[in-house]
Amino acid sequence: MSATAAVHSLWTTAAADPISKIDAPKIEYGQLAPTLIVVGAAIIGILVEAFVPRKSRYYVQMFVAVVALAAAFASVVALAADGYATTKAGIAAMGAIAVDGPALFLQGTILLTALVGLFTFAERRLDPEAHGNRVDSFAAQAASVPGSDSEQRAVKAGFTTTEVFPLLLFAVAGMLVFPAANDLLTLFVALEVLSLPLYLLCALARRKRLMSQEAAVKYFLLGAFASAFLLFGIALLYGYAGSMSYATIAQVVEGTVPEVTPALAGTMGNDALLLVGAALLIMGLLFKVGAVPFHMWTPDVYQGAPTPVTGFMAAATKVAAFGALLRILYVVLPGLRWDWRPVMWAVAIVTMVVGAVVAITQTDIKRLLAYSAISHAGFILAGVIAATPSGVSSVLFYLAAYSFVTIGAFAVVTLVRDAGGEATHLSKWAGLGRRSPLVAAVFAVFLLAFAGIPLTSGFAGKFAVFKAAAEGGAAPLVVVGVIASAIAAFFYIRVIVLMFFSEPRPEGPTVAVPSPLTMTAIGVGVAVTVVLGVAPQYFLELAGDAGVFVR
Amino acid sequence: MNPVNYLYLAALLFTIGATGVLIRRNAIVVFMCVELMLNACNLAFVAFSRMHGNLDGQVIAFFTMVVAAAEVVVGLAIIVSLFRSRHSASVDDASLMKL
Repeated sequence: MSATAAVHSLWTTAAADPISKIDAPKIEYGQLAPTLIVVGAAIIGILVEAFVPRKSRYYVQMFVAVVALAAAFASVVALAADGYATTKAGIAAMGAIAVDGPALFLQGTILLTALVGLFTFAERRLDPEAHGNRVDSFAAQAASVPGSDSEQRAVKAGFTTTEVFPLLLFAVAGMLVFPAANDLLTLFVALEVLSLPLYLLCALARRKRLMSQEAAVKYFLLGAFASAFLLFGIALLYGYAGSMSYATIAQVVEGTVPEVTPALAGTMGNDALLLVGAALLIMGLLFKVGAVPFHMWTPDVYQGAPTPVTGFMAAATKVAAFGALLRILYVVLPGLRWDWRPVMWAVAIVTMVVGAVVAITQTDIKRLLAYSAISHAGFILAGVIAATPSGVSSVLFYLAAYSFVTIGAFAVVTLVRDAGGEATHLSKWAGLGRRSPLVAAVFAVFLLAFAGIPLTSGFAGKFAVFKAAAEGGAAPLVVVGVIASAIAAFFYIRVIVLMFFSEPRPEGPTVAVPSPLTMTAIGVGVAVTVVLGVAPQYFLELAGDAGVFVR
Repeated sequence: MNPVNYLYLAALLFTIGATGVLIRRNAIVVFMCVELMLNACNLAFVAFSRMHGNLDGQVIAFFTMVVAAAEVVVGLAIIVSLFRSRHSASVDDASLMKL
């Protein structure tokens, strides 16, 4: 009864009190600048779609997006230099957003990845010109039925879907908030803000549109299903702790909450709420990460989506989702460590092994990279399980290294083309090294980095993660990880052998000469791969300094 | 009435929605089942809000409604474009990428 009375008194007093008693929220605009810049630019992008003539939209959108991402990255660097990553780390926006080392590190990574991804989005020299207009990887008019008259008219008129730029920025805004969210509501809203634009981007391919739409439907239905589970998990955790704030929930889990109301005393004793809620919440995050058994969407979506979108999605979503998962496990549920660790052990082992083994049977290069992404999610989970500060920093480093390799690898995939668009079947890649040694060599570098060969960023990342896992008491996991890496190395090397040591087919694909945009994307990918592989020390220290969560 | 009963109802609705997602073939119906799951979450939020005597849960219910509305916009756009190009909204027909 007392709880009921309390709610009623809330309503009545709120109505009787003068409005002036409501305190205005205190928002630290400076600390939220990276996100605010990106959201503002996305809204400007929509206005550009509405008011700027069609001919010049592409250039205006490109300009707005590049400036916004660069400015947001600059403000992340400024915040970090100001000490917000270490000494001044704190909670901003009335407890909704955490500004701390991991958040800033991951936001910086996401912004750089998005900038490189943006270059691959804007590439307009790969497809042959249609009716004298340069075209990119996106449908002329997404609403027209594939193969219909209206589609042909749209192509003839030179329409392009420049909406992809604001969509990209909205997705980036969600990704920036996702690893920094400090209450469960912000987490959920950020998840949706990052997911919804990605569902749309998946449906926008210029070639193979049926496959692209199919990928979008699969991604959308499964993504919405997973976020419903996440939301129910949030509801149960809210019911358990009576609050959405990460810090309060953590206190309730540990039993150190200062003030226990009668209602809280009732729900606190109910472990079912806590365990089921945490399980559903983690499940929703593991779906975004692409961990087995929640990985079913990954191969189809990666294959069907336009390749620039696949690259961006594979890199940036993984960074954001692992950031959110780390914060949930390390800030909210450290008191539940003995319950989640065994489960995550099992998930990590299954993810590494299934990703590596199933990838062997793949014949499509994009599907192969999708399964490789799954097994990499398993390697990163091994670092997450460590539950030590070095575990956090190794995961941060791995994510930074992995995202650039991924985006570079998918950028190379866009170059190898035949009459039907991108030639993604592996058999068509035979002898690519003879025909185009440079492209094949670059792709080989990325594959070696995926495999974790020394002197590439993949090795430095894997070493850091496995070391942290072993120190955190997960030695068997490291053994499985090394075996899975060996299996994975087999199919990466197989692709390299196929490219360099087999005869090219007479009707094989051609390698398109890209504009400086894609060249930059691939160049940055190679540079980061080599630098992080040869001299990782500075970046490892950077990740090490950034490895402490604020609570 | 004891608010716990509303939680049982929420769990039941959530289960019905999840089962529907898994067994129905039509993309629109699958999507409606997802919406049912979200509404079950809303019911749980409001019930917990009453149990704890704070308004957080009711505020979240509003956020969930807005998110669900945004999801409808995106989801229907994707499903309708699939339907127009295939003349079918069955999720079983969409199998171009089966291994």
